[in-house]
Amino acid sequence: MAAVTEVAPGPTSRPDERHRRGKARWAVLAGAAVVALVMLVPFVIMLLNAFKSPSDYSQHGPLSWPQEVYTQGLKNFWDRTDFPVKLLNSIFISAVVSVAGVVLSLLNAYAIGIGRIRGRLWVVTLFLLATMLPQEALIYPLFTMAQKVGLSDSQWSVIIIFTVIQSAFGTYLLASVLGTFPPALLEAAQLDGAGRWRILWRVVLPIVRPTMVVLMIFFFIWTWNEFFIPLVMLTTNDTQTVPVALASLQGDRMMDAPTTNAGALVSLLPALIFFLIFQRTLTRGVTAGSVK
Amino acid sequence: MSIESIETATAAHPGAAVATTSSARRPRRRSSRLGYLPYLVPGAIGFAVVIGIPFVMNVVYSFQKWKGGEAPHHWVGFQNYVDLMHDAQFWTSFRNSIAMIIAMVVIPTLIGLLLASVLFDYLGKTFGSRTAAFLRATYYLPQILPVVVAGVLWNWILNAQTGAVNVLLRSLGVENPPNWLGEPKTALASVMLMLVWVQIGYPVVVFMSALQRVDPELYEAAELDGAGWWRRFRAITIPQIRPETFVVVLTCTVAALKVFGPIYVLTRGGPESSTLVPSYYSYLNFFDKSKVGYGAAIANVLTLVIVVVAGIILVAQARYERKEGVR
Repeated sequence: MAAVTEVAPGPTSRPDERHRRGKARWAVLAGAAVVALVMLVPFVIMLLNAFKSPSDYSQHGPLSWPQEVYTQGLKNFWDRTDFPVKLLNSIFISAVVSVAGVVLSLLNAYAIGIGRIRGRLWVVTLFLLATMLPQEALIYPLFTMAQKVGLSDSQWSVIIIFTVIQSAFGTYLLASVLGTFPPALLEAAQLDGAGRWRILWRVVLPIVRPTMVVLMIFFFIWTWNEFFIPLVMLTTNDTQTVPVALASLQGDRMMDAPTTNAGALVSLLPALIFFLIFQRTLTRGVTAGSVK
Repeated sequence: MSIESIETATAAHPGAAVATTSSARRPRRRSSRLGYLPYLVPGAIGFAVVIGIPFVMNVVYSFQKWKGGEAPHHWVGFQNYVDLMHDAQFWTSFRNSIAMIIAMVVIPTLIGLLLASVLFDYLGKTFGSRTAAFLRATYYLPQILPVVVAGVLWNWILNAQTGAVNVLLRSLGVENPPNWLGEPKTALASVMLMLVWVQIGYPVVVFMSALQRVDPELYEAAELDGAGWWRRFRAITIPQIRPETFVVVLTCTVAALKVFGPIYVLTRGGPESSTLVPSYYSYLNFFDKSKVGYGAAIANVLTLVIVVVAGIILVAQARYERKEGVR
């Protein structure tokens, strides 16, 4: 994910004279371009039909250019789902989880990677196993527990659950990064009289910050895209997230072609925008974390 | 989607976990190690509340008959598991898991290897790396959007009456275009098609970044020796990026066994259970049929299958690395 649109510089960045011959290269390029086109077709169809009136659609089909810009579909979807509320819900849940999840990961990783506590291999294994668990094996107890403590239909239940689930992976990653932390830095800080708490925030944090930023972005996107747990835990309109709102409109009579497509479009835009803003950070961050 | 991105991060740190266990550093006194334990307390509490206790409770539920809520719990021992063995839908759901693995692991990994290698070793050199990067970004696009959004979009595209595909087919003169998601014969293949579309970008991106750490001199030497693209692909590309291939296969297989969202929005397991998967079957029993114990048993079997399959892949990887090391 990190390297997506970042152009790879390096020895191969300029076309090589040796390869500039022959017609076969055009065939290969055409083949790769056809695959790219096939990947794009659903997006193109979505864009073409998000702003096309239903009568226009039934007359001219999915591939025609819209006769006029029809915004009723977007309005339908927007009002029906109360989209701004869903958007804020998604942003709130994802943002809190990304920050809390990274802090929790850092605390765990500090004990495991720097503190090198006994049984750390077991702890890491346990966390890795947790990332493999199907959410179905946890959902019903979580659901009843949330009801008992008064967190049913509360976004905080979802936030707590995802903070822990995301930090399972974050702990694994950060612990391995901290496992290679230069001991000289720690010893110098200790000689200066810094305690563990101070060392964590003043020495360790600044150095692993790039990795933490990457983790934060991942956690945000992953939480944004989550579906199963929000579907079960968030049962009313006021608390639901964007994917749940979109999915719950399915089968609705008013979901005609423009409404469906406009709904899909505005539901994927935030993820796309977020990705485009941060993709450079992602590229830089991953490299900064791995190259020591 | 969560798993899909783990790959990238893990791929960026191959062998990262090993670092934690190597004791290159001077051992410190035990008392100073104990001082780090408080930092694990929030994580331990969170883990216990969200993962540990619920998991144990789920195992307990699976030995009960319980309709949920205030209804009484009846202890039935292994009855739920015995029932599972005689439940045709249960077996169907796991048979469909194999289809999910084909659609999310086998096909994307094979096509991804090919595409990554063509982009890196041929098109990148012939047309410049900008072309390659642009194509890669295009392949990756479906990975960015929430998988549920992708599902809703495809649900409409494949809709029998108003969907883009059938409207188009009718305008081309096809009298009765198939009801893609509504017929047992075509539903599973349609779901698989959408999953292939979603998945392909992931291996392409991981493999291309893996290829960047391969010494270019290997390729140059092979070329000077007259090795064509296919021989370079077999002799250099595939062996060199084997670690990343294992990571992709592992993460995607786990994701394929867990798949829920696309099934929920595309077919709800139907028609006639032709697209039923274990996670959805478990959900159905929990919240639709109010058979909590039975749903819990399905979820536990699924957990066991995931752990065993992941274990097999990890052992295969360890074996392979050992063999490589000896050579």
